[in-house]
Amino acid sequence: MGAYTMRCFLNLSVPLMILAACVSALAQSDTHSLGAHRLGTPLSQEDIRRFDFMIGPEGKELPPGHGTAKEGAEVFTKQCAVCHGRTGEGGVCQRLVLGSPDNPHRGPFKNSEKTVVSYYASPTIAWEYINRAMPAQKPGSLTPDQVYAVVAFLYYQNGIIQEGDVLDAKSLPKIEMPNRNGFIPAVPVWPPDPKKPSWY
Amino acid sequence: MHSNRSGRRRFLKHGAVLAALAAGTPDLAAGQSEVPDTPTPEAHPKGVLTYGERSRFVNSGRGFKVGISHMTYYTPLQDSAGIITPAPLHFMQAHFARLPEIDPEQHRLTIHGMVDRPLSFSLEDLKRLPSVSRVHYLECHGNSSYNDHISPRVDDPRVGLPVQSIYGLTSCSEWTGVPLSVLLKEVGLQKGASWLISEGADAEKWHYSLPLEKALDDVMVAYAQNGEPVRPEQGYPLRLLVPGFEAPYSVKWLSHIKVVDRPYMTRDENGNHTTVRADLGGKSRWYHWEMPQKSVITRPSAGLKLPGPGFYEITGLAWSGRGAVHRVEVSTDGGRSWKDAKLQAPVLRKAHTRFTLDWTWDGEEAVLQSRCTDERGEVQPSLAELNRHWDIISGPDHPEKKQRPFHVNAIQPWRVEKDGSVYDAMFS
Repeated sequence: MGAYTMRCFLNLSVPLMILAACVSALAQSDTHSLGAHRLGTPLSQEDIRRFDFMIGPEGKELPPGHGTAKEGAEVFTKQCAVCHGRTGEGGVCQRLVLGSPDNPHRGPFKNSEKTVVSYYASPTIAWEYINRAMPAQKPGSLTPDQVYAVVAFLYYQNGIIQEGDVLDAKSLPKIEMPNRNGFIPAVPVWPPDPKKPSWY
Repeated sequence: MHSNRSGRRRFLKHGAVLAALAAGTPDLAAGQSEVPDTPTPEAHPKGVLTYGERSRFVNSGRGFKVGISHMTYYTPLQDSAGIITPAPLHFMQAHFARLPEIDPEQHRLTIHGMVDRPLSFSLEDLKRLPSVSRVHYLECHGNSSYNDHISPRVDDPRVGLPVQSIYGLTSCSEWTGVPLSVLLKEVGLQKGASWLISEGADAEKWHYSLPLEKALDDVMVAYAQNGEPVRPEQGYPLRLLVPGFEAPYSVKWLSHIKVVDRPYMTRDENGNHTTVRADLGGKSRWYHWEMPQKSVITRPSAGLKLPGPGFYEITGLAWSGRGAVHRVEVSTDGGRSWKDAKLQAPVLRKAHTRFTLDWTWDGEEAVLQSRCTDERGEVQPSLAELNRHWDIISGPDHPEKKQRPFHVNAIQPWRVEKDGSVYDAMFS
């Protein structure tokens, strides 16, 4: 009787052990997406796409879409001119344009001119900021096409691109900004040189 | 804190029963569905202060400047004592006119980008993780700029006395939260990750680049300030706290962190927050990072009046974004002679340090000023030295007075006149 029970147990125990090992492996693959403290909720790439507004200077995250200065002029008149002036010359809010398409400002810039889009080192910055924060009355409400168009309008007004140029995820990052070499340090590195004094 | 959720629910229910009893609710049965987390204000008899108020005789407050696209609040340093700024007096600078109102239950911090496990953390998740509490100051990089001494708001009573309107964009708190290094370990950094971009849940989704090495050093995700939840103006329910760096790095209403392989040169770090510098051949300095060593006498300071000759304790604050304050010297004769001030304990790295010097005023004109030396041995410069370094001429009589370089840390002189009135003597 005792031997029989034992044998039964052994017969059952092998498959049970295999099952337990499988369950444990499953559990591990379930929690592989969590860190050592097993806290937080895993994010899918789709989740991230919904909230990720960050676009680097290489423009890798730029979405599909396109726009020209002419299309941008319409959007700008409706959405932006009330604060930034008819051609971006400034109004109750910041000046975005310095000079004109035929007579563009190429620097040097004064401290009071840092808001002009031609001051930026990288061509993606205006796109990134307008997309996330503009227009102030309804941030994030412009479509990618509208953002490409407004940026094309501002770059045309600043004499950086031609009126007929089409801006999209490929062409925008390739624009050579006039002030791209106007910043020190050329490559921001941390930590800074300890020999540099605090006022540097 | 409870390790299982049912335990926590029991705890909340128990609290609700107590609250209901205090409110005199007769018909509460344990097990009813809706369980409020906190008692309503009506639950307390009149005169019971569950959240204390200050005396009605105390009226020190923040100076303010509010426009259609910004909000600025200045800490009243002339009334400060010790090194901790009360949270309701902490300075604030925002590029919009309305504070975000965030439901802590709904709020999430996501960490994604070059990580093995992109994760989203609730406030409860974060409070279960290992925490630290540290005292650190924050300072707007435009604090005490040249313009602050001469702009019309010096005479605007809403902005406060000069030490408040010129220097009030710095404050110091004890911050509690999760070291960012802990969170970055949870998500697992990928090879090549070297920077991160943090973003807030405000109207313009404020975002800023931060070197990963600094992030792993002493940066924290703070949920408490001076022992209570971070105030709405300071980023409730979560803010980044980047000790020693210009305050814009300490992103408020923190909602996203993206790990990347280069700085993203965001709009403000590439635009408004850069400085065109004559000494750099007209190029712009960006990524300044650490705030320099600085000190200011908070009492006596401009706008105050000494009632008559006799004993006064001169007191002020000193700080450095590059570490601890090692020495503060005070001069009462416009810089001809200097005496070592006493440093009050605690003297902490990247925190305000309180200094004092005993002084007997003889009733004659006097010029009071302080200069600090930080742990790297760097001494606070005079206005003339700073101008020489930056190759600029400053002051009300020069057209260049509009020059407003950030990181101004010049020695601040206050002139005491014979009648006891105190004036700002930076440019005179």
